[in-house]
Amino acid sequence: MVKKVLNFLQVGVLATSSYVTSIVVLLIIIFLFNEGAGVFTKSLLEEGFVIAVNKSNKLNAISPKDIKNIFDQKITNWKQIGGDDNAITLFSIDELPNFYTEEEIGSDFEYMDTCINNYIANHPNVLAYFPERNVAKNFQGKMIKVGTLGVFEFVKGKEWLPTARPVAQLGILPLLLGTLMVSLGAILLALPFGLVTAIYMAEIAHPVARKVLRPIIELLAGIPSVVYGFFGLIIVVPIVQKVFSLDVGETALAGSIVLAIMALPTIISIAEDAIRNVPNNMREASLALGATQWQTIRSVVIPYSKSGIMTGAILGIGRAIGETMAVLMVTGNASNMPTTFLQPVRTIPATIAAELGETANGGLHYSALFALGCILFLATMALNLYVQLALKKRNR
Amino acid sequence: MAQIETKNVDFYYGAVQALRNINLPIEHNTVTAFIGPSGCGKSTLLRLFNRMNDLIDGCRLDGSVEINGQNIYGKGVNVEELRKQVGMVFQKPNPFPKSIFENVAYGLRVNGVKSKSEIEDRVEASLIRSALWTEVKDKLNRSALQLSGGQQQRLCIARALAVEPSILLMDEPASALDPISTSKIEELIFELKKNFTIVIVTHSMQQAGRVSDKTAFFYMGEMVEYDSTTNIFTNPKQERTLNYVTGRFG
Amino acid sequence: MMIGNKKLTQSIFFWLFRIMSTVVVLVLLTILYFVFSRGISTISWDFLTKAPEDGMVKGGIFPAIIGTLYLIGGSLLFAFPIGVFSAIYMHEYIKKGKIKSFLQLMTNNLAGVPSIVFGLFGMALFVNKLKFGDSIIAGSLTLGLLVLPVIIRTTEEALKAVDDNYRMASYAMGASKLYTIKKIILPIALPDIITGLILSIGRVSGETAPILFTVAAYFLPKLPHSIYDQVMALPYHLYVLATSGTNIEEARPVAFGTALVLVMIVLVTNLIANGVRAYYHSKYKK
Repeated sequence: MVKKVLNFLQVGVLATSSYVTSIVVLLIIIFLFNEGAGVFTKSLLEEGFVIAVNKSNKLNAISPKDIKNIFDQKITNWKQIGGDDNAITLFSIDELPNFYTEEEIGSDFEYMDTCINNYIANHPNVLAYFPERNVAKNFQGKMIKVGTLGVFEFVKGKEWLPTARPVAQLGILPLLLGTLMVSLGAILLALPFGLVTAIYMAEIAHPVARKVLRPIIELLAGIPSVVYGFFGLIIVVPIVQKVFSLDVGETALAGSIVLAIMALPTIISIAEDAIRNVPNNMREASLALGATQWQTIRSVVIPYSKSGIMTGAILGIGRAIGETMAVLMVTGNASNMPTTFLQPVRTIPATIAAELGETANGGLHYSALFALGCILFLATMALNLYVQLALKKRNR
Repeated sequence: MAQIETKNVDFYYGAVQALRNINLPIEHNTVTAFIGPSGCGKSTLLRLFNRMNDLIDGCRLDGSVEINGQNIYGKGVNVEELRKQVGMVFQKPNPFPKSIFENVAYGLRVNGVKSKSEIEDRVEASLIRSALWTEVKDKLNRSALQLSGGQQQRLCIARALAVEPSILLMDEPASALDPISTSKIEELIFELKKNFTIVIVTHSMQQAGRVSDKTAFFYMGEMVEYDSTTNIFTNPKQERTLNYVTGRFG
Repeated sequence: MMIGNKKLTQSIFFWLFRIMSTVVVLVLLTILYFVFSRGISTISWDFLTKAPEDGMVKGGIFPAIIGTLYLIGGSLLFAFPIGVFSAIYMHEYIKKGKIKSFLQLMTNNLAGVPSIVFGLFGMALFVNKLKFGDSIIAGSLTLGLLVLPVIIRTTEEALKAVDDNYRMASYAMGASKLYTIKKIILPIALPDIITGLILSIGRVSGETAPILFTVAAYFLPKLPHSIYDQVMALPYHLYVLATSGTNIEEARPVAFGTALVLVMIVLVTNLIANGVRAYYHSKYKK
């Protein structure tokens, strides 16, 4: 009896363990999306600040984009955003001394609230931006609702300035493009070299060469990405800078090269395994027909191992998209729209790594970084599922 | 003159001697069977005739193997050209994972035949010769892997025939097949004898008796006896041959 | 003529392949040479046993080594049993079917999650939600989740390699499934499972992104007192030295030394793993 219970318990522990990975994936989804969704619900206005207008103003809400344009002086008349035909008077708290004397404000700023209140009440065309704690008790202006971020603005926005005032700019297009450029460049470099080396090792090179190279490649596949990043910083970045005579060597190209070098060991070992799995009788059949070794490789070995090679390539892409540290160290991390490979770019993982440490928990910026994490998670998950379904189809 | 002739052939895998002093002439348009217990060297010898053993590391050959009077292990011999002349069919059917048509056309393509109509003609001719045409003519574009084992093996024979060799080596071609497929292959061998010199390795003495004109018996890397098949099975001169064919060992 | 053509094409391609492969091998060897040649002069007993000094440009990396050891120990303590149990259940108990392919799919998905996402998740769950703060336990759990699929996969491979005949033989004598697993299957699969464990040490020791926001300290010369303390860690230390130290140029030798220590951990674990594998396989054959 006791034995039976014990047996049952032990199997129960095994069974529970086997569900851990599924639970973790589920938890990742819940946490990432829960935190990330905040980017679309939280106000884009800097925390603790408000935007207010005169009571006579008929507007109740202004979109974040319009606010940015107003502060950039691109919108100067209320008419442009649906108000009356009047020029906008901008007011921010730093300008208070320009309108009121020190006495009026008070030596300890004790009358600041009143001054702001008065200023707004006296200027019908004002748009005021000031701290929430300076809102007077008998406030006579009107608070303006600042809209939240739309999904489209998030994906298509060209500016990533999460700490911009008065409204944060959270457009991830430059980060998306940066990520795609760096990983695409890496794959374009790594695939041909990796596959050729794999074929060479498996089919052409002397077996002794293979025996020597295989452990070295395994070792390199295990080396941490910071070490590759460090290598890139000290060797690759200066070379890129010199060869293209740039002001800075930290560019998308440097990122692609470092990522490609990192991906090489993985691609080589997966592809080599796939090639070595080609049954020998396929090679023999081809050679016995008078085919040369090269013809055999090209027309029999490569087609036979194609799906294995593809798997390696796609997993390589997934890894390149998600790689953080090495890229962070060599791409310069400028969040402007990338146009060439010879300029600094910033990738999604690098953005998370570089900025998460500076954000307030639960704030807008924090949520935005989690939203980036969601995108990364979805992209790699999609690649992964594709590979697994393709593999399953093949095995059937 | 014999079409294939081995002279004082010794063959080693590393330190292990696999063949000892083999002297064997094989005539034009005959079927010669190699028999003997496993590990006796019969497959090794067969693979010497199209230099398939070159693929194995650390092997060494002394003596010479002549085909049509030329030593195929001599200097300046083009291995690909040799293999075009000496076709081979393997123990397990090994069609490529391509269409039926492409399997047969493969040898033509690698040997530089470009003309589409010529390829089509020769694929058809080879499939007819290997007695597979009627079964596959409507599904030439299907994957060869969908064929049955016996059909696959006949496809492999067609593939070998397409490059028009003069010699066909068969390494236990029916060992992985059912009896019906086996008898089809044996009929085919009988047909092909008219145009090809065939050397067949087999573990089945009945098969050797049914298909071959001459039989060589191997034991421990030596050729014990080589004679007409009738003599080997009914009147062997060596006691070891007698013991083997009467089933006392092996 | 045809034949000459075939041969020519072959040698052209073979030479191209040879050249490209040589380039690849040279680049890869350059990295090893780079780390070894420039790191070796920094390595000394003091370097390995002293705390950083003078804004991290002098002294050693002892706290980072200890921190990384804590993280290796902590993460494997958690991931190893769960990973092995999970693999046993998935390989020995569940029959082929929907549940099994779902569990395998999820394990593979977890393996494909980028390490920075683990970092985000670890921060949200362990640091904030469970209120562990930046601590060894938060970092270890995050890293543990990251290597869990690796351990499951290697253990499954090890179990797959066990000949079915052993299972049948044991059942035939009336042994229970659990007994068979404990007494027959696990002992045979153990060397390969251990090999996987050793290899995952290399993986854990080098991961940076997952520990950035869960445990790693920029500079912390004292050693941790409890699992709720922060620690320094080798990969993060290298990142800091390489990019954001107070004096990047002067910190180079320390950075190279740290890089070499990281590579040595991977090298040594690989060598031990290969050694274990080779030893048991040769023993098995006899």
